[in-house]
Amino acid sequence: MTFRIKSAMLKIAAAAWLLGATGAMADTTLEFTQWWEPELPAGSLRAIMDDFEAANPGIKVTLVSGPYATTRDQISVGAATGTLSDVVGLDGAWVNNLNAQNALADMNPMMDASGFDKSQVADIIKVDGKAVMFPVASFVYPVFVNLDLAAQAGVTKLPSTRAEFLEAAKKMTNADKNQYGWVLPLSLQTPSGVQNDMMSWVWASGQSMMANGKPDLGGKPVVDMLTFVKSLNDAGTISPGIATKTEQEKVEEFVNDRVGMMIDSLAHVNLIRKRNPKLNFDLIPVPVVENYTGKRGLPYASWGIGISAASKHQEEAWKLVQYLMSEKVNAKLVSLANAFPGNVNAKPDFVTSDKAFGKAFEIFKTGYLANEFTGLPVAEDLMTQFDVQAQKMLAGEQSPEQAAATAQKGWMAKF
Amino acid sequence: MTRQKRSHHKLKRAVAPYLYLSPSLLIIGLLMLLPMVTVIAYSFQNSAVLRRDPSFAGLKHYQAIFDDPVFWASLWHTLYFTCMSVIFHMTIGMVFALMLNSDRINPTLRNILRVLYILPWLFTAVIIAVIWRLLLEPNGVVNSILMQIGVIGSKVEWFSSPETALHAVTFANIWAGYPLFMVSLLAGLQGIPKDFYEAADIDGAKAYQKLIFITIPQLMPIIISISLLDFIWTMQVFPLIWITTGGGPIYSTEVLSTYTYKLAFSSYNLSQASASAVVILLISLGLTLFYIRYQKAR
Repeated sequence: MTFRIKSAMLKIAAAAWLLGATGAMADTTLEFTQWWEPELPAGSLRAIMDDFEAANPGIKVTLVSGPYATTRDQISVGAATGTLSDVVGLDGAWVNNLNAQNALADMNPMMDASGFDKSQVADIIKVDGKAVMFPVASFVYPVFVNLDLAAQAGVTKLPSTRAEFLEAAKKMTNADKNQYGWVLPLSLQTPSGVQNDMMSWVWASGQSMMANGKPDLGGKPVVDMLTFVKSLNDAGTISPGIATKTEQEKVEEFVNDRVGMMIDSLAHVNLIRKRNPKLNFDLIPVPVVENYTGKRGLPYASWGIGISAASKHQEEAWKLVQYLMSEKVNAKLVSLANAFPGNVNAKPDFVTSDKAFGKAFEIFKTGYLANEFTGLPVAEDLMTQFDVQAQKMLAGEQSPEQAAATAQKGWMAKF
Repeated sequence: MTRQKRSHHKLKRAVAPYLYLSPSLLIIGLLMLLPMVTVIAYSFQNSAVLRRDPSFAGLKHYQAIFDDPVFWASLWHTLYFTCMSVIFHMTIGMVFALMLNSDRINPTLRNILRVLYILPWLFTAVIIAVIWRLLLEPNGVVNSILMQIGVIGSKVEWFSSPETALHAVTFANIWAGYPLFMVSLLAGLQGIPKDFYEAADIDGAKAYQKLIFITIPQLMPIIISISLLDFIWTMQVFPLIWITTGGGPIYSTEVLSTYTYKLAFSSYNLSQASASAVVILLISLGLTLFYIRYQKAR
């Protein structure tokens, strides 16, 4: 090898080393914080990220995973200190606070610049006009009905209105045998029962707990819902221990044939089957007020996604968000999670292979996703406040109107 | 030795103890003082932690929690929960310790009882909470037994009723905490000289007189020390209450620890949560100073 060739090779190596050291040839590494990985089959989210990296050379994704509560705390602190990951998994209940901290990027300009088809996504969560979150996967909350209990109680037609639900719950209740028509978890430890088991009645009938962007708890929809819940309680149809009951206990009671009906996440279908393979159950939409024929709001919890305002790699982060929201990838992800897609064109495989999921998918397609706590300030605190007032009402200390009025006052202070 | 060398030597001697202490001082500073000072600082800031440039708030957050009726309810519940727990821990601990120290009980039975009585101490707070939730649930074993023997006519919602919830969590905590007293008092009982009791027997003292005039005075230093420590620890109990009732129903089992937790992680009001934490710190500090003074006096 001549001196000239050796010299040229040395120069190339030096240039490559210099470029690498200065970052010109280095990969962009995105940090993606979420709580999804532990809830998905082992390695499945990493596999999706590997596919993304293969499709986008030069971008690497580091997954920062943890349980839901830890992720929530980590994201709150990251937002305050400006160290939020480039891409973050979000719950709708967090986005208002994070937006107030200017921690989330507005994805509107990114959508416009990339020509993103907005009609393909099920929802775009906006706060102050900024598009801050896409629901990637949605876990809807239909009513689960124990068909054997219903048949034994003489319930031949599954309820579709509140009045029918009350009647069915009364028939299914037999306190001597520890059997009740409905179960309502209102533990203050996790006040999500307010969202999933109470407000869902309001949204199902196309109604709202808000008016002009402000709480409207004293309005007819919420007061009617409280009156309805009170009537179920007064009739003795609700399984006892409401004030300390958690969602897990609610599912346990349903699994053990102790309650006839419950509103619960579709994500629990497999768990219920595993715990009691003999349980004969069906899914129905949350019953509505009399004579309501419009589209039904379907309560849901979601795995949302957003981009950090402090990210230095927003362009690459947007590529990852787009990738996860694309039809095929979204279908793959939600199939793994037993959730409904964030992309309206995506069809998860379990809806064709499983009857219960198929039925729930029909309910999902004919209704619309409704969760008004998404985007509200300190959503969990609002639920806690409403929870306390609902507990007082069920304990006979106040009327539905008083409960709604007191909760309204507390909520207004937070807006 | 020159004057310079002498002063250098003096300095070295003066600094040496601090150098030996420095590792522990550093650890105490980092793990205890720094978090404490940070929380105190947060309590005087607006939007602490959540904003990068929090403004000075003065005593605003203290004012806010003192104006909150739930805070005063929490303080009362904390005092009730703590006092009842300490009193019953002490009473049950004393009874069981006397039983295990008695020669009248068969040694084999005594060993079995020793294992049984110490069992609650082996469980973590989470396990204890789950056990009592299952036992005291409306369809649980306790209601079933009480109904069968006719003590109650209908199912009692022990944790879900505002009338019974605080008593129920206090009961669970009493069950969980008495072994500390039992073990400490048993050790104390075994250290009381037999001569005292023999002299009392000669004087014709009865069993209760020996208990009042010999046993309890001899155990008093242990009783006071353990009671003060138990008071400090019980005042800060969180997982047991959080898992059994979450501070509810309504606010009937809200204690200072759950109140502070909700402010921090439900309302995201970390400034007020810090103010509430400082109040707990001050109460604990007062009790600790009392404990230290008592120990010094001994």
